Amino acid sequence: MKTKHKYEPYLYILPALVLLLLFRFIPILLSFVISFFDFGITSIGNFIGFQNYNKLFADPEFWQSMMNTVWLVIIAVPLSIIIPLIFASLLNQIKWLKGFFRTIYFMPYVTSLVAVSIVWKIIYAEEGGLANAMLQWLGFQPLKWLAEPKGIFTLLFNSMGISIPSWLGGPSLALFSIIIMTVWKSLGYNTIIYLSGLQNISKVYYEAAAIDGANKWKQFFKITVPLISPTTFYVLLMTTITSFQTFAQVYMMTDKGGPLGTTKLIVYYIYEKGFDDLQMGYASAAALVLFVVILGLTLLQRKLESKVNY
Amino acid sequence: MKNIFSNSIVYLFLIFFGIMMILPFIWMISTSLMSQAEFNKNESVFIPKEEYYVWNENGKEHRIILVQQKEEHSIIHVLDENLQISKDYPEYMSVPSSQVKLIKKVPSFHWENYVTAFKKVPFARYFTNTIFVSLMTLIGVLITSFLAAYAFARLEFKGRDLIFYLFLSMMMVPEPIYIISSYMMLDKFNWLDTYQALIVPWCVNIFTIFLFRQHFKSLPQELFDAAAIDGCSIFGMLWRIVLPLSKSVIATASVFSLIGSWNSFMWPLVMTDRPELRVLQVGLSYFSQEASTQTTLLMAASTFSILPILIIFFFAQKQIIASYAKAGLKD
Repeated sequence: MKTKHKYEPYLYILPALVLLLLFRFIPILLSFVISFFDFGITSIGNFIGFQNYNKLFADPEFWQSMMNTVWLVIIAVPLSIIIPLIFASLLNQIKWLKGFFRTIYFMPYVTSLVAVSIVWKIIYAEEGGLANAMLQWLGFQPLKWLAEPKGIFTLLFNSMGISIPSWLGGPSLALFSIIIMTVWKSLGYNTIIYLSGLQNISKVYYEAAAIDGANKWKQFFKITVPLISPTTFYVLLMTTITSFQTFAQVYMMTDKGGPLGTTKLIVYYIYEKGFDDLQMGYASAAALVLFVVILGLTLLQRKLESKVNY
Repeated sequence: MKNIFSNSIVYLFLIFFGIMMILPFIWMISTSLMSQAEFNKNESVFIPKEEYYVWNENGKEHRIILVQQKEEHSIIHVLDENLQISKDYPEYMSVPSSQVKLIKKVPSFHWENYVTAFKKVPFARYFTNTIFVSLMTLIGVLITSFLAAYAFARLEFKGRDLIFYLFLSMMMVPEPIYIISSYMMLDKFNWLDTYQALIVPWCVNIFTIFLFRQHFKSLPQELFDAAAIDGCSIFGMLWRIVLPLSKSVIATASVFSLIGSWNSFMWPLVMTDRPELRVLQVGLSYFSQEASTQTTLLMAASTFSILPILIIFFFAQKQIIASYAKAGLKD
């Protein structure tokens, strides 16, 4: 019966296919092409070979924003795995109010980044902000948060009276503030993913372990962590990809990636070069480098996953 | 006994984390209800309160500014209803101190912040734009995904799997990669600063196609065989059999699509310039620049801009969370 319809199936996929080719496939190819041209905003530029790339790799600002993004990934991704796994394991143990906690944890995930960026910017305000109010309540000195270009390790060691070289300083406190907010925003989603992953682990394993005398900690590390690893890989991949795309927080909470460019992330750099400086070709080159990085990490994680998973 | 103890520790943890998670929202709402003067006093309180002095003039109470308080007499300015210095009384008026008293009002909610913020920039327009764009995109996504997913799931044709993997591979490419070239392309179409630039490119959603395809594959083949024997066309099957059986997956996809459109920011920021075309998120970002010192108004605007999504979320939170969980694991 199915073979009767030779052309009809193509009609069904046609609307999606046309839109996809026009608004995804062609733009992706185009951004590759543009990156070899000297494009301004409307003029058709000249072919300049790898010049955009050469200029890009010689730009310290590009490297700084790459480095900032790497810091974000290095700090935010592990936190976005460990904390949700703990949340989910705790939630999985209780019966009463489970849905209530789940809802509360998930709330930040559905709210808009623009709105919560406004809120967090005021939370981090030096005067009247909630963050400093809490620090003072706990008996600590107030901090400059989003206005602080000094590295977090520098600040930490300075508070103990030790000075360390600036290259060991780590991400600025300003960037770290953005990282905290970004982690807060994504915790709920990862918790939900982990929670449904945990529900798929058969109780038999835990019962057997309990009979063998394994305590809760041992059960967590010997049963939960290995059996949940497919979920962990999914969370790892998704969080890494979304972290690389962080934009709204920088746009809303900082003054063009300041102070001293320490919060400029790679997507904001692309935005600035493309739409503020109107160097479309150059910005496309940066976008393509980002694409290669994300693609490489995706493939790497896929490969690791097939090796590690049970 | 041990169980109760460990259980209460678990609950303590969960309550503590829960408070940390919603603290920003609680603070947002409480700040949105303060007067700006109160926020500026830098006492970071959760419950808006207010302190002011009044002068009791033979049983009639006036709000005043206390300039100087001495044991017998106090120097005051009398205020009118709009809290401006009243013209009916002299400035630096001296009154008996016994007639002046401090009023502490707890809680004192400044709901008018919401009205002021809403009127300060055309938020009504921004809301309308967002609702229009979100609904149009939703209709587009549902139609294109329904048709394509049906073909991928239940029809056989040359190149089906190849085309499907082409679709899937494009899902992995993040928006910032192609936003510049899209801008240049839409510029060539003369689509910049139009509604179609915000709607048409997002009328295809690979994730939704994927979600529908999974669902269509799970439907029993007998249904289709029986319909085919009765001479039902492909479109007839789609309309009369698949659609009625797909209500829940359509609801799931709609929620994802609506939340995605409502919150999308970078695309409309780049593709539109005219104020009339601003969607809520873009309007809010401009408002945050214009009113950067008016903290309480910013908080009010943030609150009412996330409220519609939060309301949808609270009414359907069980389904929404279950959908996110299911969709995530199917990858």
